[in-house]
Amino acid sequence: MPSLNMIQALNSGIDTAMSADPNVLSFGQDTGYFGGVFRVTDGLQRKHGLTRSFDAPIAEGGIVATAIGMAVYGLRPCVEIQFADYIYPGYDQLVSEAAKIRYRSGGEFTTPITVRTPYGGGIFGGQTHSQSPESLFTHIAGLKTVVPSNPYDAKGMLLAAIADDDPVLFFEPKRIYNGPFDGWHDRPVKPWAGHELAEVPEGSYTVPLGQARTMREGSDLTVLAYGTMVWVSLAAAEEAGVDAEVIDLRSLVPLDIDAIVASVKKTGRCVVVHEAPRTSGYGAELSALVQERCFHHLEAPIQRVTGWDTPYPHAFEWEYFPGPKRVAEAMRRAMEG
Amino acid sequence: MARGARGPAAPMDFTSGELSGGEPLSSTPAVEQVGADGRGAATNLNPDELLKFYHDMLLIRRFEERAGQLYGMGLIGGFCHLYIGQEAIAVGMQQVFKPGDQIITGYRDHGHMLAAGMDPKEVMAELTGRSGGSSKGKGGSMHMFSTEAGFYGGHGIVGAQVALGTGLAFADWYRGTDNCSFAYFGDGAANQGQVYESFNMAQLWKLPVVYVIENNQYAMGTAVERSSATTEFHMRGASFGIPGEQVDGMDVLAVRDAGARAAERVRSGAGPIILEMKTYRYRGHSMSDPAKYRTRDEVDQMRSTRDPIEHIRPLLDGAGVGADRIKAVDDEVKSVVAEAVQFAQSSPEPDPRELYTDVYLESLA
Ligand SMILES: Cc1ncc(C[n+]2csc(CCOP(=O)(O)OP(=O)(O)O)c2C)c(N)n1
Ligand SMILES: [Mg+2]
Repeated sequence: MPSLNMIQALNSGIDTAMSADPNVLSFGQDTGYFGGVFRVTDGLQRKHGLTRSFDAPIAEGGIVATAIGMAVYGLRPCVEIQFADYIYPGYDQLVSEAAKIRYRSGGEFTTPITVRTPYGGGIFGGQTHSQSPESLFTHIAGLKTVVPSNPYDAKGMLLAAIADDDPVLFFEPKRIYNGPFDGWHDRPVKPWAGHELAEVPEGSYTVPLGQARTMREGSDLTVLAYGTMVWVSLAAAEEAGVDAEVIDLRSLVPLDIDAIVASVKKTGRCVVVHEAPRTSGYGAELSALVQERCFHHLEAPIQRVTGWDTPYPHAFEWEYFPGPKRVAEAMRRAMEG
Repeated sequence: MARGARGPAAPMDFTSGELSGGEPLSSTPAVEQVGADGRGAATNLNPDELLKFYHDMLLIRRFEERAGQLYGMGLIGGFCHLYIGQEAIAVGMQQVFKPGDQIITGYRDHGHMLAAGMDPKEVMAELTGRSGGSSKGKGGSMHMFSTEAGFYGGHGIVGAQVALGTGLAFADWYRGTDNCSFAYFGDGAANQGQVYESFNMAQLWKLPVVYVIENNQYAMGTAVERSSATTEFHMRGASFGIPGEQVDGMDVLAVRDAGARAAERVRSGAGPIILEMKTYRYRGHSMSDPAKYRTRDEVDQMRSTRDPIEHIRPLLDGAGVGADRIKAVDDEVKSVVAEAVQFAQSSPEPDPRELYTDVYLESLA
């Protein structure tokens, strides 16, 4: 089985979907001729032609809205918003149209679009290239929001998203496109090559949306994380010397609540980690759910490790980015509490 | 007509249709073209002005070259978009800037800031994320500001500055001054929806805004023809009745002259205008650009035949500016840039507590 990085795995995912179903299209800024700024759509135009893999103008509202129109009429567009930070002109269309068309038509129409978008920090992108806006979408009923953390899941989840009859926001943690960055920014970065989760099958397979993956079994505490923070949490467990059970949520909506509850009931402690700012972040929802369902099993307050409630700064990358030290501290607090 | 007379003395009445009182425009916008040779027929050539143009363009060129080097050395992180090749636009347009006017642009902003007179030290230190930077290290390459220079940013979100610049122009109109705003954006940005919302409002309300489209023929890796139904960007205001002019953006004199005509028009209350500057960027879109979308030849061809700085050399010569004066400018620019680099490396890192300031007036943290 070939060892692929996340970019290659995503590329293979789109390619596989386009090969299997003529209704699948791929477009976005620089995604056609140029192959995408992160190269995720490289070669697709050559292989599938101009009508199925093409460039869109810099018009996020238009990209999202035309995709919705196409989808309502039976196509399955997989569009790229170059950075999640640029998605806001399309937010109106996602919230007001894509999320509600099924409901408002009494189930008669659906919007099977996939919006792929790289997100997150650790790349010195500053305030307009590092944000993690997932909770703006998890808040909207009718949208699905998913985040893969490795090449195998990236391809399988993308194929599931494209096949899904509902609109899916597919957030790609761009910091780990090329390797499982664990937040130790002063240590050499490991590439995906040779990693177990970089073994990506050729052809079609799906990773169902709504299933978490236990990345590490443990008995001391439960970590709920997604995207880059999965790798940071694994490094933090080592740093803290804690036998953590690290759960990669993979899908925020729908959420694998059973996996969460089973783990927290087992460990009695919970740490929630995300890059997005704290206030109204998805961690708030996770904390509330754990508290509602596992209250009598909790032996300590739930800990949250998040980005700060500030814009993503230019100069304080590693102060802002929740690294293994911060997560390890939270683990220690959870163990003491 | 003096714009000073037209500020909203009384509460504004948008329903009267008398918002600006500018002369009615003909339904077909006038589209003026530069001379067929592409080079604006140079008007009066003042040696001092020419030398200033040379100085300002060279400062940008050398500053950007050094910024590129610092980036390569890892001293500048993240995104960094160089202005090399486009210098004549910021410099020529600055000549028509009056105190109180506003300039606003996107992320390819270093050249505009230098042309506007911002301190190269502060700009370079912002690139390196130091406390002496123009945004205290919090904004980075794409996000810098200066009240003194009338520079309203540096914006990372493509197209946003067009609508913001329209709002700045509204404030000019509202205050009844004859100031105006200059909103710069690229050929790629010209496809954002908010650009057309802005065009409509600007013309509806006859706002004093000069829209300057810097058409460098590429938006990142996408050539204009691949993303634009029409590539005559000066015509983009036609359906709103906004006139446009296409200008040789590699010729600082042509830019200055077109800028002067445009500024005069918008200051007079006649409403917005579009200047399409035909230009070219020599470097990659940003520092991490594989440049697979154009040929080396194409870039070399532009550099060797259209360079804005090379263009001005024979004019300096013709105007009798001696080699010694040119050499003095070269030396001065060199030392200013060296000083900026030195400052950008020695200015202290910001205090991490600064992370929480400037989010609100009073910190909530
Ligand atoms: C809303 C938004 N969409 C996309 C981007 C990514 N992006 C940054 S620059 C750019 C190309 C812009 O090209 P153009 O307007 O021609 O300006 P140039 O870079 O050529 O100066 C793109 C797509 C962005 N920053 N913001
Ligand atoms: Mg351009």
